[in-house]
Amino acid sequence: MATLNLLVIVCLGYVALLFFVAFAADRLAVTGRSTWLRSPLIYTLSLSIYCTGWTFYGAVGYAARSGLEYVTIYLGPTLVMIGWWWGLRKLVRIGRSQRVTSIADLISSRYGKSNTLAICVTILAVISITPYIALQLQSITLSFAIFAEADPDSASWIGRRATVFWVAAGLAVFATLFGTRNLDANERHHGVVTAVALEAVVKLFALLAVGVFVVWGLSGGVVQTMARIDASDIGQWQVHGGRWSAITFLAASAFVCLPRMFQVMVVENDDERHLRVAAWAFPLYLLLMSLFVVPIAAVGLDVLPEGSNPDLFVLTLPLAEGREGLAMLSFLGGFSSATSMVIVAAMALSTMLSNHIVMPIWLQVKGSGASFSGDVRHIVLLSRRLSIAGIMALGYFYYELSGGGAALASIGLIAFAGIAQILPALVGGLFWRGATRTGALMGLTVGFVLWVYTLLLPGLGGGVMPDAVMQNGPLGIGWLRPQALFGITGIDPIVHSVMWSMVLNAGAFCAASLASFPSPIERLQGAQFVNVFDHSAGPRGWTGSVAQSEDLMIMSQRILGAREAQALFHREAELQGSRRALPEPNPAFLETLERELSGSVGTATAHAMIGQIVGGSSVSVEDLLAVADESAQLLEYSSQLEVKSTELSRTARQLRDANEKLTQISVQKDAFLSQVSHELRTPMTSIRAFSEILRDTDGLEPQEQTRYATIIHSEALRLTRLLDDLLDLTVLESGEVSLNMRSGSLGDVLDHAVSTTLTGVEAPLTVRRRTGSERIEIHSDLDRLAQVFINLIANAQKYCDADRPELTISVHHVGDQIMVDFIDNGSGIEPQAQDFVFEKFARVSVEKAGGAGLGLAICREIMQRLGGNVVYLKGQPGGAFRVILPETRALAAQ
Amino acid sequence: MTGAGNGVPAPPPPVFLERQSYRRRRLMDAARLLPLLGALLFAVPLLWPAPKGAVVAEAGTMADGPGAVTMSEAMVYVFGVWAVLIALCALFGIGARYWGQNDGPPGPGQG
Repeated sequence: MATLNLLVIVCLGYVALLFFVAFAADRLAVTGRSTWLRSPLIYTLSLSIYCTGWTFYGAVGYAARSGLEYVTIYLGPTLVMIGWWWGLRKLVRIGRSQRVTSIADLISSRYGKSNTLAICVTILAVISITPYIALQLQSITLSFAIFAEADPDSASWIGRRATVFWVAAGLAVFATLFGTRNLDANERHHGVVTAVALEAVVKLFALLAVGVFVVWGLSGGVVQTMARIDASDIGQWQVHGGRWSAITFLAASAFVCLPRMFQVMVVENDDERHLRVAAWAFPLYLLLMSLFVVPIAAVGLDVLPEGSNPDLFVLTLPLAEGREGLAMLSFLGGFSSATSMVIVAAMALSTMLSNHIVMPIWLQVKGSGASFSGDVRHIVLLSRRLSIAGIMALGYFYYELSGGGAALASIGLIAFAGIAQILPALVGGLFWRGATRTGALMGLTVGFVLWVYTLLLPGLGGGVMPDAVMQNGPLGIGWLRPQALFGITGIDPIVHSVMWSMVLNAGAFCAASLASFPSPIERLQGAQFVNVFDHSAGPRGWTGSVAQSEDLMIMSQRILGAREAQALFHREAELQGSRRALPEPNPAFLETLERELSGSVGTATAHAMIGQIVGGSSVSVEDLLAVADESAQLLEYSSQLEVKSTELSRTARQLRDANEKLTQISVQKDAFLSQVSHELRTPMTSIRAFSEILRDTDGLEPQEQTRYATIIHSEALRLTRLLDDLLDLTVLESGEVSLNMRSGSLGDVLDHAVSTTLTGVEAPLTVRRRTGSERIEIHSDLDRLAQVFINLIANAQKYCDADRPELTISVHHVGDQIMVDFIDNGSGIEPQAQDFVFEKFARVSVEKAGGAGLGLAICREIMQRLGGNVVYLKGQPGGAFRVILPETRALAAQ
Repeated sequence: MTGAGNGVPAPPPPVFLERQSYRRRRLMDAARLLPLLGALLFAVPLLWPAPKGAVVAEAGTMADGPGAVTMSEAMVYVFGVWAVLIALCALFGIGARYWGQNDGPPGPGQG
């Protein structure tokens, strides 16, 4: 006799096996050596968490009550899987490329990363799934109870409530251990998935075993079984047409929208191509799961005493026939169904809860989220563990409050109807770029409210919805009756609720989407989602992993430098224990590499680059924004550098110019010094020579004596003049000159200058003047001014190389200044000499060296003292100088 | 036409496919239509006559009516359609592995 103790031992042993499998799979996944962990078979089997305890036990009960209607629960997912090319392919691709962690995350990220939407979806999911978890707890407890009743010394049973508590606690521990061990960027949990796959095999095997026993052991073959079915109470096709279609539709939408299904189907998906196998393998699994349901139900109704619970026929039938081993297997099957569903659902819900509700609140409470450090990972894990515990506690309390009665049995479909409210937002988001956040929010809200009002509250029983409201509507408004909206009565409650909630949900979603305008990030995300096949690369397996390593190596060499990159790769390969030169691109290595790269190119860029090569994800809008940010900083930095470099090159050019000028001046100075010494020596030589003659030669004629003395005198005068000039210039430059300011006519000054210069010259040049324009009163140092004019006229006289030298002196006003131009008809000064003609000691030509080259420098000094200037006029046919006088003084003089 | 000069980087895709790839594409179309076929076939039971006086979910109260479909017939039909759909899908799935190399999105390393 199967005692309860034996059952408990088997149960614990089974759980230990699951632990071991999950642990081993996790270890294998870490080392990256487990290709079979990522096989389509495991993927298909993990999808079987769709078949929960509700379907394992409940399907038979469902069939016993309503005939073949239970099959709709499996037909919906079958159609979805067979049509994978239309929807699931896109969903999985988006999930992989956008690194989606849950259905709430998907919806939120499609509609512009709206956390409001994520919170709505999370709340909806928690409200729908909590009763469902309670249902699983109930199924485990009921099956324990069956064994306890069969056990002669059932006193050892600790009681129903305690069982529920310990089951819930145990599942929470399992989910915590393997669902939140690490914070994988991809949110993949190989351990849990492998354990779920194992459980899938167990439950399928258990149900098939019971089915085979019923068909061939109890009924004696297929034909006899069919006859027995036809003769039973459910021997006729008696399915309500509306329910048939509505539940098929519900099951199909729930299959896509259930958080746990989304977790195994999209988040845990390793390779898109697995869908291709799962497309037929999973419907096959469903077919096998439901094949023997009707025979078991019919035989159970026939064999077992009136009033026994049809939900537990799978268990009670073998027990009644004395097959304890089979009953035990069947119990394990039911246990597997319930536990795998609870674990994955708790994991999926905890991810949503922690990512979209707990963490935002925590960050807000914590103050500014600026200081993200490694600390946050710890907090995330903790919040997930707490969320799992919270969800399990909710399920437990729900079970306790609802009393665990028959009311729970109907909760499966109600949960489906609730979770299906996500469908319009999901499908619209995947296929319609015009779908907006407002639309999704409106649709979800409308659907949620209608679902709660028309199905959840009436379905809960226990007077949650008062009878008066059920009969007459709220406040007596008849057309608002929860199960007869708009006065249309006589519809099945499920069909009624599904029809109205989905129609109005979709309607509100479309209308609000059409009426509202999406934000830019929403539009970008919309385009990314709807056109995901244009953006992301094709499916890539892990077969090309070495090639990926090579690509990574090439990229890293470019960024880090060849030697550093090779050292890094070699080190990582050694750490992995690989004998090859290149390490496997497993998550740990990629993380290390990303960290290394981000030191050089910035976090976002490194992430995007590695993502591009590994192909696990495409670049999201946020990545691009971050990259743009980094580039902007780089740009700014480089533009600053550019400004500095321009400044430097300008300074360098100025320095070069100054240096050139200095060199020129130095050359001039050298030239001048030799000139001056020559100039000084020439008179000195004559003075010395003639004075020696005068001293040493006796008997000189008086005329000769006079002539020699005259020569000595004139040479001494020349010396004096030269020294005077030098002194003059020094005085002018030092600013110690005293100006003798007085008023006079410009014409008079010119007259004086011309006559002084040209008197006694052998071939005087012709001076052309317009005396009319020269009648200007000026206030200045007239002697100094005359000195300037004399110098200029003398220069013309000296240097003009025309056959008939002419000098034109013209006076005119420009603005508030008086210009006096001296233009001769010679060849002028050479362009390269024009720049330094006013420098001291400058000489235009060595041959015509008449003076010391100080004249023009003195002129300029004088004019600058007088508040004017003297410049060389470029572009004139001959030599041309312009003397600029300040008009203000002239006006003041008038 | 396809032998365009060296200067043309990417010749436009041909208007007409070879017989082989044409077949493949039509097979893919068929695979995509499979869920529609399934939905239609699974909707057929809606046309079956309901048993006379049957009240859904109260199995005990009905009597045999003319043309009522027995449970065994219904099971054979539903599971038959189901099995056929799975078989077709599996065939297409295996076929798709070969089509994918030519018509599918180009994977890495495939010229």
